[in-house]
Amino acid sequence: MSPPDNTASRRSPPDGAKKHLGRPGEFLESAQPPFSGADTQASMDKVHNLSGGARVWSWRYIVLRRLTQVGFLLLFFGTAHWGWQVAKDVPLLAGNLSASKFIGLIPLTDPFAALQIFLTGHVLEQESLIGAAIVLGIYLLIGGRVFCSWVCPVNVVTDAAGWLRNKMGIQALFHLPRSLRYFVLLAALIITVVTGLAAFEWVSPIGMMHREIIFGLGLGFTALLAIFLFDLLILKHGWCGHLCPLGAFYSLIGKTSLVRVRFDKNTCTHCGECAKICPEPQVLNLKKLDERGYVFSGECSNCGRCSPICPEGSLKFDFKPLIRSHNVQADAIAVQRRTK
Amino acid sequence: MADQGPSGLTSSRRDFLVKLAQGAAIAGTGGLLWGYMLRNEARAAPYALRPPGALAENDFNAACIKCGQCVIDCPPLILKLEPAGGALPIGMPFFEPRTGACIMCPDIPCMKACPTGALSPKLKRIEDARMGLAVIDIENCLSYKGLRCEICHRECPIKGKAITLETHPRQTSRHAMFIPLVHSDACTGCGICEKACPTDIAAIRILPHKLVQGRIGEHYRLGWTFDTEITKDFKPAEALPAAAPDAPVPKTAPGMDYLNEGGI
Repeated sequence: MSPPDNTASRRSPPDGAKKHLGRPGEFLESAQPPFSGADTQASMDKVHNLSGGARVWSWRYIVLRRLTQVGFLLLFFGTAHWGWQVAKDVPLLAGNLSASKFIGLIPLTDPFAALQIFLTGHVLEQESLIGAAIVLGIYLLIGGRVFCSWVCPVNVVTDAAGWLRNKMGIQALFHLPRSLRYFVLLAALIITVVTGLAAFEWVSPIGMMHREIIFGLGLGFTALLAIFLFDLLILKHGWCGHLCPLGAFYSLIGKTSLVRVRFDKNTCTHCGECAKICPEPQVLNLKKLDERGYVFSGECSNCGRCSPICPEGSLKFDFKPLIRSHNVQADAIAVQRRTK
Repeated sequence: MADQGPSGLTSSRRDFLVKLAQGAAIAGTGGLLWGYMLRNEARAAPYALRPPGALAENDFNAACIKCGQCVIDCPPLILKLEPAGGALPIGMPFFEPRTGACIMCPDIPCMKACPTGALSPKLKRIEDARMGLAVIDIENCLSYKGLRCEICHRECPIKGKAITLETHPRQTSRHAMFIPLVHSDACTGCGICEKACPTDIAAIRILPHKLVQGRIGEHYRLGWTFDTEITKDFKPAEALPAAAPDAPVPKTAPGMDYLNEGGI
């Protein structure tokens, strides 16, 4: 078995490829693979015939994400209810996701909430500006939508809905463009200016969930139930993938991220298992990944679903400045293997 | 140009215009609904009692980030964040004096915890806080019934200033009364009085200023009370210069001058 070396032809995609804006699975037909159909089938078989241990190991990022999501909630909850503190009268993490203070010293502010309050015309105090800069800085480095996958509590709800939807095999009722979220984001900013109220903060199910877990229950769970049912029965990945303006905001922030999923075109057999499990499959357009060598879209939330599922190990978390050299190495290894 | 419609537009152009109109319709309806939700949510804002230093109603609505740091830092733990679906606007701090009154910490920790300035750091002394105003239901106040209650007066942390007692000595067929009076220039609205009031339902309550306080208007001149706020700038007119034609009218308060003009 010696696959033909047609890397060059894959680098310059055939006519009409520009129209491929990442519909999941579309690359399967259009690419000219350096591998046989048997390879693709073998990859898919590998995914479907994982041993018990390997299957559990493939859940490692999901488990980690649930731990961080619950962990953040627990830090907030413990500080508010059990008086967790690092020293006398120095609370551990006081506040919630909108704004908080870590060990009585480091302010943390949701930059989107701060932006909205700024647009109402209120002059923010320095503390919240510093807090917003810190959070913004962190997400600029590790990927904006890391918030979505690793911190946001609503993600637990929508992931559950997505999982159940897959299990039940519920078909799509209709489609909406994923770019809709950017229009919702724009609308939130405009309505904020017009009404003088932070438009998203006043209706945010993320805020509701967080506040009501930490500061006392209300009717916020009905909003979460609505999101769960919407995602389950109406639109797959409806809230996080199409509507949430905070996710849209963090998508824009996420373009500069230093933590990225590296794509190794030499080992990929285009089995498509990654796109099946990815909540934002448009970011896994393999043609574009070929050109860039990594998942570059800000809409990728670094959730770590694709990496452990990939049977060939073609998708791996990497540090962006090193990705190019890693890909060069991978290319060299592949050439060596072919010439053997 | 085969497919020209009746309006003379090419079909692609018509499609584009229709798409544009559809997009505008979606954005418009969505925006209106969203705006309506916000207004509906903010509707009850005038009824909330906010922590000390809170900005005026609309500014506070705009500035509060709903983080709850004031709630955590409040020593008597009286502050709450309104959950979704509550009577008050969502997510913002408030207190209910009957169950938890503000103890007026001199260092104002709730205000210091606020990251956005919705609880304004301009408040330096807790005595200058104006969370609300105590209002007495004189039909149900025990003191007005002639009982020696006066608990509000004794409990008030702004002793002898925010609540004073007015004595009505006993007269023929009238019981002596010691009536509490609230003074808005000193009352902080902490709600200790409301919490302490012994009636079943408090006869003294804290309400937002906007709901209870009137204003008489600039044009009233209470001439018989020259020492009040309104008339303190009144001065008796000076004597006119003798027989100077077209002499400048002396600067006196409006409404006073015509009484003192010679010749009329």
